[in-house]
Amino acid sequence: MSEMTKIVKTTANILFPFTMIFGLYVIVHGHLTPGGGFQGGAIVVSGCALLLVAYGSSWVFDHIKDKRLATFESLGAIGFITIAFLGLVFSAVFFGNFLTGSGTLFGTTPATGSTLSNFNTGGVLPLMNFAVGVKVIAGLFVIVLVMAHASSIKEWG
Amino acid sequence: MEKRMIAGILVFSLLAVFFFFGIFQLHPFGEPGQVQMDDYIITHTQNETGTNNGVTSVVFDYRGFDTLGEATILFSAVAGVLLIFRRVRH
Repeated sequence: MSEMTKIVKTTANILFPFTMIFGLYVIVHGHLTPGGGFQGGAIVVSGCALLLVAYGSSWVFDHIKDKRLATFESLGAIGFITIAFLGLVFSAVFFGNFLTGSGTLFGTTPATGSTLSNFNTGGVLPLMNFAVGVKVIAGLFVIVLVMAHASSIKEWG
Repeated sequence: MEKRMIAGILVFSLLAVFFFFGIFQLHPFGEPGQVQMDDYIITHTQNETGTNNGVTSVVFDYRGFDTLGEATILFSAVAGVLLIFRRVRH
């Protein structure tokens, strides 16, 4: 993919930060509002794909290393599984929610019924959302980036 | 006609008949059959998981294994793409 005109680049420059903010909002508020790690990560990656379309794959490939993205993808997976095993350690159940009701990080329990959303609730759910969000951002972006860069190569030697 | 085409039409019509008879076994719209699990999750999700969002509590807490499988699928997809396009990397 080669770079596009100045109009497309300017539009991408304006839209990119808002897409990032919206995607990160969906990830961070995954336990309160519709969405979560998967959906928010897909929104962030759509912003990155916009950048890829506007500036061309070789420009993005020079600035972001796909190897580093793959490392982040593995880190997200390791974090997710680590939280699941911490549930096995602290509450004797795999994927056990050991933080809820503990009063510490994300440990507040909301009153039953329709209540106002409190960010400090959910136990391990927000942490799992963060891990899955990192994983989906890095994983989808490395797929899009590598395939776009491969399509721009003229000859396969 | 080729043999593959005949086999494909046969399989397709079998599947179509299967789905057609499956329609008559569905519940009427707005009347779900077994609702015990739904009622349990709706009633207990705020006490047990501490979340106001019931969908996230199902995805990440009650059915965490499902999400683990999805994460594994994404991991293998990334691994496969990086394996196929390995020659692209400098």
